[in-house]
Amino acid sequence: MSAESGGENFTQYIQHHLTFWNAPLTHAGGVASIHVDTLIMSCVLGFIFLFWFWWFARKATSGVPSKGQAFVELALEFVDGQVKDAWHGSRKFLGPLALTIFFWILFMNLMDVLPVDLIPTAAEATGATHFRPVPTADVNMTFAMSLSVLVLTLFYGMKSKGVGGYLKGAVSAPFTAKNVVMKVLLAPFNILMFVIEMVTQPVSLALRLFGNIFAGDLLFMLIAGLMVHFLSLWWPIGVIGYVAWSFVELLIILIQAFIFMYLSVTYIAMAQQHH
Amino acid sequence: MGVLAINATLIGEVIAFLIMLSITLKFVWPPLMRAIEERQQKIAEGLEAADRAHKELAEADTRAADEVKKARAEAASIIERANQQAGQIVDKARTDALAEAARQKAQAQADIDNMAHRARAELRGQVATLAVQGASKILGREVDAGTHKALLDDLVAGI
Repeated sequence: MSAESGGENFTQYIQHHLTFWNAPLTHAGGVASIHVDTLIMSCVLGFIFLFWFWWFARKATSGVPSKGQAFVELALEFVDGQVKDAWHGSRKFLGPLALTIFFWILFMNLMDVLPVDLIPTAAEATGATHFRPVPTADVNMTFAMSLSVLVLTLFYGMKSKGVGGYLKGAVSAPFTAKNVVMKVLLAPFNILMFVIEMVTQPVSLALRLFGNIFAGDLLFMLIAGLMVHFLSLWWPIGVIGYVAWSFVELLIILIQAFIFMYLSVTYIAMAQQHH
Repeated sequence: MGVLAINATLIGEVIAFLIMLSITLKFVWPPLMRAIEERQQKIAEGLEAADRAHKELAEADTRAADEVKKARAEAASIIERANQQAGQIVDKARTDALAEAARQKAQAQADIDNMAHRARAELRGQVATLAVQGASKILGREVDAGTHKALLDDLVAGI
């Protein structure tokens, strides 16, 4: 195998792994198409999480808990504690929200540490043209969650201050003044700040998660691709590198899931706070 | 490469997210939270009961100690009284015995005196008879007791 064709194969390998299983909904495709792989993987993983928790919630007892129930309760209390730190109201909604966000993202991120070719090979054997197994490495997934959080942020802000009160806060803060003229002069800047806040929150939330997981995923692809196409005789080095990066990636996976959950709760809590 | 392509997947994922969230809201969070809170309640009650039992035990201990002390004091007083009574009984028995002994002694003395007196009287009677008989033999004739009654009485009194 010459270095030239090795390079071509390598590029093809990476590109193949970066291509979604795209299904156009109309002839035009483009925006009106879906990533079948992202939808399948996210729903399967989401329902694994839900089934796991529901299984123990179904027969939850206030007596001595089974080991499985104790673990699920531990996870629940961890999330509940995090919400409690940021939010001082009822956690009947924000608790389940944080739990869903944390575990769904965690499960989707975990697909990253599976061997890069495992799920795509299996999927392509059953008919998919391409398959990307890590849904959080798809901006559609991360933006879907961050925009949902944005809607909840606006909803909670308006719920606690009333629609008028919330809009008044957007116009009169963070720059405040005593007299009317100054208030009117500062209003555009306040509105600008509010818009910037409302844009940066979901964008940063979505891109942080996407960037971290995508980068990790890409590194796995690069290690695997390099080993296959250039250094196949030195494959033990590739295995060591792969395992080493898996440990780092596991940490990133956990931290990113936690950050997404924590920031979502914080944004909603901030919206509810009175300026 | 279309890595950052935004398309209808986003809407699908929003729907999926809302479905997951509503399932968690309804079927996962409430039963688990209820179980946790009920257990916390139970543990709190258990701890409180343990505290109470501890306190009650301490109280029972002091009560028991009091009872023992009281019982001991009572036992001591009973023994004291018993000792006194025993002394009294012994004393009474002694005085009774002494009195009885004295009485019996007096009785015996009286009997003795009585018997001696009777014997003396009997002897005296016999002496008179013997004397009369002796005298009749000596005089050869019968001494009429009636005639010499005064003499005989005198003689008997002299014995």
